Amino acid sequence: MELLDNLGLGFSVALSFQNLFYCFAGALLGTLIGVLPGLGPIATIAMLLPITFGLPPVSALIMLAGIYYGAQYGGSTTAILINLPGESSSVVTAIDGHQMAKQGKAGTALATAALGSFFAGTVATFLLALFAPPLAELALKFGPPEYFALMVLGLVASVTLASGSVVKALAMIVLGLLLGLSGQDIYTGVPRLTFNVDELADGFDFVALAMGMFGLSEIIRNLEDEHNRTLVAAKVKGLMLSKEDFKAIIGPVVRGTVLGSFLGILPGGGAMLSSFAAYSVEKKISKTPRRFGKGAIEGVAGPESANNAGAQTSFIPMLTLGIPSNPVMALMIGALIIQGITPGPNVVTDKPDLFWGVIASMWVGNFMLVLLNLPLIGLWVRLLTVPYHVMYPAIIAFCCIGVYSVNNNTFDVYTMALFGILGYALVKLDCEPAPLLLGFVIGPMLEEYLRRAMLISRGDPMVFVTRPISAILLLLAAIALVVVLLPSVQKGREEAFKE
Amino acid sequence: MGFVRNPKDVISGLLFIAIALLFAWQSRELTIGSAMRMGPGYFPLVLSVVMGLLGLIVLINGLRYPGEAPSGFAWRALVILVGATLFFGFAMRPLGFLPTLAITVFASTLASTLFRPLTALAITAVMVVFCWGVFILGLGLPLPLLGPWLGGY
Repeated sequence: MELLDNLGLGFSVALSFQNLFYCFAGALLGTLIGVLPGLGPIATIAMLLPITFGLPPVSALIMLAGIYYGAQYGGSTTAILINLPGESSSVVTAIDGHQMAKQGKAGTALATAALGSFFAGTVATFLLALFAPPLAELALKFGPPEYFALMVLGLVASVTLASGSVVKALAMIVLGLLLGLSGQDIYTGVPRLTFNVDELADGFDFVALAMGMFGLSEIIRNLEDEHNRTLVAAKVKGLMLSKEDFKAIIGPVVRGTVLGSFLGILPGGGAMLSSFAAYSVEKKISKTPRRFGKGAIEGVAGPESANNAGAQTSFIPMLTLGIPSNPVMALMIGALIIQGITPGPNVVTDKPDLFWGVIASMWVGNFMLVLLNLPLIGLWVRLLTVPYHVMYPAIIAFCCIGVYSVNNNTFDVYTMALFGILGYALVKLDCEPAPLLLGFVIGPMLEEYLRRAMLISRGDPMVFVTRPISAILLLLAAIALVVVLLPSVQKGREEAFKE
Repeated sequence: MGFVRNPKDVISGLLFIAIALLFAWQSRELTIGSAMRMGPGYFPLVLSVVMGLLGLIVLINGLRYPGEAPSGFAWRALVILVGATLFFGFAMRPLGFLPTLAITVFASTLASTLFRPLTALAITAVMVVFCWGVFILGLGLPLPLLGPWLGGY
């Protein structure tokens, strides 16, 4: 049983005192910041990224994963209690969760979210352990053309699955790719796209860009209309689920887990798509679809399980292929590269402690979330009562200190300000900034594989279609693009995202 | 501007085209190379062209289909928060960690329309003490507490 050996290794890493601590700290900090209204997982991870730089790679990744789950769970809490989802994946939870809270069943909703997430997390961890190694083995046979095709597919898919204008999202990706190319050329060492700024010789700082786009600009956006929020439930009671509740949620949780696990692996998938899909499935198969939107417990159980499963399985392409399927994974890859680890199929064989340690820690992290959140819910509720205008100056300070301390460099702080402005402008123009981040991380890799592929083929672009795997991947990308541009599908998409 | 039907799209399109031109202009001195041996300028140039074309599509769509104009800008927050961030970068070296942090936090409280002087001072005081405890004592970041302008090192 190789799997058991590997998991044993993983747990021995994850259960070391040090890593347990970082896992715990990550989940706690992630929840703490994720609970703040308007701050989703991307902003939370970007903000806390600098803390992990001093840690060894395994601990850093374990902590970041903990932050991710924590932030996501914190976002659900906010969505249920004050109907202010911090990110798109908890939008769905807010629909029925908030109604439940209004009916005095906030405790039930929160417990459902926690238990559903835990179940989904456990299943997804096993799927990850089961499917990641064979996928990595397959990926070892990939040459530059296949990698290039895979990245193109990932980028295209992330556009087709996002909300809003497809053309704008494509433009945002290209902008991200271009920004990612800034700095030294890998082959010749020539500085390029530096706008004659010496500090850009190594390119734009990843953390500064992410914090500007997702930290600073989010805060500005949240300050657009300030009004006092009303907390539905000052006291959350009844965290225990009744027998009827259990019966009601078991189906949605299992279905959500399956759906989320599958959608999470897809490039461009992950938490958001999973929760949307799970919600519509539950609504479709329900005998009483009218209850949805009015506090249906299935409407919390399904999406919450699905988004956690999707969050987990989206680690599969990241860890095995080194390709981020969504912006959060782009951040993880950024963190790994800063740690000096090149994500890719070699990680499984070269750094088994990292690979299996992270997988095992996911389960540990999910377990901790349940332990942490149900008893501490009173604390999160109190945190939610702190008004935003008292909270955001602290976030600004953390962003500044965080960005500055990465390289002890004032230029990075200016970069953050610049991307804060750009990010805010783009959001006001209905251009989603998330694809840009994906492009930024993929940009250098995409160019490298393209150049290598063309070198091998002696400049013949046919290499991408004569090799079967890359041909299939590119074909899928083309189909995805054509389908999403069809007028009828575009209409359907708009409706789906409005719901 | 009767022919601008969707101001958001028109502005985005123009913005994308402008950025594309900027990047194309930036890659003008780089070696393009051939498809087989791509120079450092090849991919950036290709991407700039693609981006310019996408911008053009967005622009044309904006002229054809109606849409909303961007509104509800938080100008006050934008100016003050960006200013506070720039100040932090500018003052970190000469003034040092504690004064810079205090001014940045206090300045950023001004971005809210719900600003109250006493609350702002309280937030500033709490943040300075908290950040000193966490980042200097706790994480041991090598940041000078007082900069050379204030008699520090």
